[in-house]
Amino acid sequence: MKADAFSLPAESGCAAPPEREVLRERGQREVFCGLTGIVWLHRKMQDAFFLVIGSRTCAHLLQSAAGVMIFAEPRFATAIIEERDLAGMADCHEELDRVVDRLIARRPEIRQLFLVGSCPSEVIKLDLGKAAERLGAKHAGQVRILNYSGSGIETTFTEGEDACLASLVPVMPASAPDTAPQLLLVGSLPDIVEDQFLRLFAQLGIENVGVLPARTADGLPAVGPNTRVLLAQPFLGETAQALEARGAQRIDAPFPFGAEGTTAWLKAAAQAFGIDEMHANSVIAPGRERAKRALEHHREKLAGKRISFLPDSQLEVPLARFLATELGMEPVEVGTPYLNRKLVARDLEQLPESTRISEGQDVDRQLDRVRADRPDLTVCGLGLANPLEAEGLSTKWAIELVFSPIHGFEQAGDLAELFARPLRRRDVLQV
Amino acid sequence: MQLSVWTYEGPPHVGAMRVATAMRGVHYLLHAPQGDTYADLLFTMIERRGCRPPVTYTTFQARDLGKDTADLFQRAARDAYARFDPQVMLVGSSCTAELIQDDPAGMAEAMRLPCPVVPLELPSYSRKENWGAGETFYQIVRHLADRDVRPAPHEGRRPLANILGPAALGFRHRDDVREVRGILATLGIEVNCVAPLGGWPADVARVGAADFNIVLYPEIGDSAARWLEREFKQPRTKTIPIGVGATREFITEVAALAGVDPTPALQDGESRMPWWSRSVDSTYLTGKRVFVFGDATHAVAAARVAHEELGFEVVGLGCYNREFARDVRDAAKLYGVEPLITDDHLEVEDAIAAAAPELVLGTQMERHIAKRQGVPCAVISAPVHVQDFPARHSPQMGFEGANVLFDTWVHPLIMGLEEHLLTMFREDFEFSDDAGASHLAAHSPSRHAERVSASSAPRAPAIQEEDWPPEQVRGDDEDTLWTAEAEAELKKIPFFVRGKARRNTESFAAEQGRAAIDLETLYDAKAHYAR
Ligand code: SF4
Repeated sequence: MKADAFSLPAESGCAAPPEREVLRERGQREVFCGLTGIVWLHRKMQDAFFLVIGSRTCAHLLQSAAGVMIFAEPRFATAIIEERDLAGMADCHEELDRVVDRLIARRPEIRQLFLVGSCPSEVIKLDLGKAAERLGAKHAGQVRILNYSGSGIETTFTEGEDACLASLVPVMPASAPDTAPQLLLVGSLPDIVEDQFLRLFAQLGIENVGVLPARTADGLPAVGPNTRVLLAQPFLGETAQALEARGAQRIDAPFPFGAEGTTAWLKAAAQAFGIDEMHANSVIAPGRERAKRALEHHREKLAGKRISFLPDSQLEVPLARFLATELGMEPVEVGTPYLNRKLVARDLEQLPESTRISEGQDVDRQLDRVRADRPDLTVCGLGLANPLEAEGLSTKWAIELVFSPIHGFEQAGDLAELFARPLRRRDVLQV
Repeated sequence: MQLSVWTYEGPPHVGAMRVATAMRGVHYLLHAPQGDTYADLLFTMIERRGCRPPVTYTTFQARDLGKDTADLFQRAARDAYARFDPQVMLVGSSCTAELIQDDPAGMAEAMRLPCPVVPLELPSYSRKENWGAGETFYQIVRHLADRDVRPAPHEGRRPLANILGPAALGFRHRDDVREVRGILATLGIEVNCVAPLGGWPADVARVGAADFNIVLYPEIGDSAARWLEREFKQPRTKTIPIGVGATREFITEVAALAGVDPTPALQDGESRMPWWSRSVDSTYLTGKRVFVFGDATHAVAAARVAHEELGFEVVGLGCYNREFARDVRDAAKLYGVEPLITDDHLEVEDAIAAAAPELVLGTQMERHIAKRQGVPCAVISAPVHVQDFPARHSPQMGFEGANVLFDTWVHPLIMGLEEHLLTMFREDFEFSDDAGASHLAAHSPSRHAERVSASSAPRAPAIQEEDWPPEQVRGDDEDTLWTAEAEAELKKIPFFVRGKARRNTESFAAEQGRAAIDLETLYDAKAHYAR
């Protein structure tokens, strides 16, 4: 690769103090596209159906990313574009209407339908916005029909969730200007984690709390100038922007991983709502102590170990922060598909100076660096894990970090365990 | 547009990857967006390969469209050549690149790469994975086969054969090749080239040196073998050696093509399947109703083994690859069943429910269907799952393959002796109905397991067993037709046939227009269905 691989201009509009140097790469990427988010989003939103308008490749990707979670009829499917659809656009829209009508007739329990764009639908410029409008009017009262793109030419892995949530923002009801301040928790979390957080907010005394995405269509929260947005995931840039455009203000905080991350995150929320600090501390303390105790077990195993992240979910920076400051690990390289400096600022600033931050990807060069660095653990995608193991490098599947409950105090120990297990296994095996 | 939830086959470029990954010294440059790199995990996770597939994806993005995707392609080609130093480069498009019409073939040619380039035209919107694999292998053979290489004079040398078709991500291809090599060695036949699996471009170049071709997987090897038959006058085998009978025919066919005596290979002391099937414990297998679905080659072969060698009754037969539907249609006639040619798993599910089989032989898809319906199942064909790559030698082909078939198909059925014991001791408290046979835990749908809802976390890691969403659990509480007495009688029927008895009785009652199902109806139905 030539020097021009690094020639992308630096991000503008960010007036932060001395910018951390970032290695920007542009070559082959080895990441999922945004369609993958459907695998967890459809479990979270229990009356939603995700209809991808794409190719056999898209259907195969979803199936492969979902492993063999073969349900009789999951709440997602692909309308596979065929040769005859490519002949004319009118045809394509008619076909889509036919598929959607049948789907809605067959699945009367569905309350929201997402038409999800793919690379093929975008390249042929199939206007899914228009289709959603047309079909939404037709099925008004029964099903809310929205659209977003999960295509690989637009979105990387978790950006699919961002696009999906952003598509919900325009249909969120407006909160009255004189209502009490509302906290909006944004990002899909496993129900069990979400409920833990909601209990903590209640104990803190924050009463008016909305969640995006809501579990059902009619639970969609309101938004307005009194809304304070607390992101649970770092990859929700577009959603955050859309919410800000509706008057909401984002609470700046590190992400809620581990004892410290979760503490700072909750405290930022408490502060935004003017909660008395003593009270906040007393609410937070028990969980924080439990998390610290849980981490203690793993600290011994993980402290001093070197770790590299290959770009995957945009969770890399907050997770590296957690591993560095709470478990004493040494992040060697932290790769991320896209570095949203604003959203991850509070985590980024805590990473050691020595950590190399890279954005984008050139997978072969990146693997060269991993081989040269020889970290104790490499966090990477499923396509790369076994090949690296075969070279004697321990790995952790990145996708598990997206599929497992890892946020908050009660999951801090589990999160550390995800990193400790591969190392322990390496020590245990004698074959 | 076709609405699809789960697919039997990936897109055709995944077929090309299966060929490229199986071979050595080959690199595949695929013009495709980043998400398409998911296909790597099929090889590294499902097949547990310790190397990345030899594929470079251009991973163009929206901002590249309309300006420099072609440039990107050429840069990727140069880099891939420099890094991987392949002996042959395959170039092609995935579904998205096909739409932007960058012409990878022309671009690669214009670049004059210092190695042979095989351009692949794999129409993504009309073709699928198996076709893509077959076409890719055919193109490789066409481009690389040296027309000057022909068999040496027969005198003073052993017969020479090519083995065509085995590929990456195939169902037991690795083990089948070993079995077939064993047969050839016994017959004194040497192997010239095995491809795609493990073959180098140089091996393919010398494909013409063999006297004939052995086609193990027609889905992948047939186009190439037919071309070699036309252009190189190499005859090809037509028998697929799955099952004892087919293995014998295969040995005879191969021996005839090689001009050698088949006897040494026919007398295989390791062939235990015929005796296992004849021994008295297997009597209970007689007439077991079996539903067979898979790729055409494996489905047709499995139906024959089921019928001729295990004494099963084939109650359904089908395949998902239309290209080979004719073979399935012909075979279906033999068993008097309607051939099911479809790649819609919901249709397969309905057909299985309607046929009420006692055993399903299918793909991973049918395994899930069977699990839902509470029917035992064994996997006989791709699409594959990590479980289909066992650490041990576990072929489908040859006599050892037949031994494996006996074990893996019969195991899910309740063992003969145990079946009697269960019936005899059914009333004893130790033999609670819900327990089922000891070895059957993975197959019997115990009520308890069905009612357990999906784990509290809404997310599950990839490549693990599915959990069952509560909304999919079938309740059987809606049967208002049954009288209490008949329901009680039904409970006395052993659990492993109870489902069938219930279905039969219900359809009998519906046919007869009976308002209620009482004892009378139950036994009328039993008499009606008695064979
Ligand atoms: S990258 Fe594009 S074509 Fe490939 S699976 Fe994702 S949306 Fe479909």
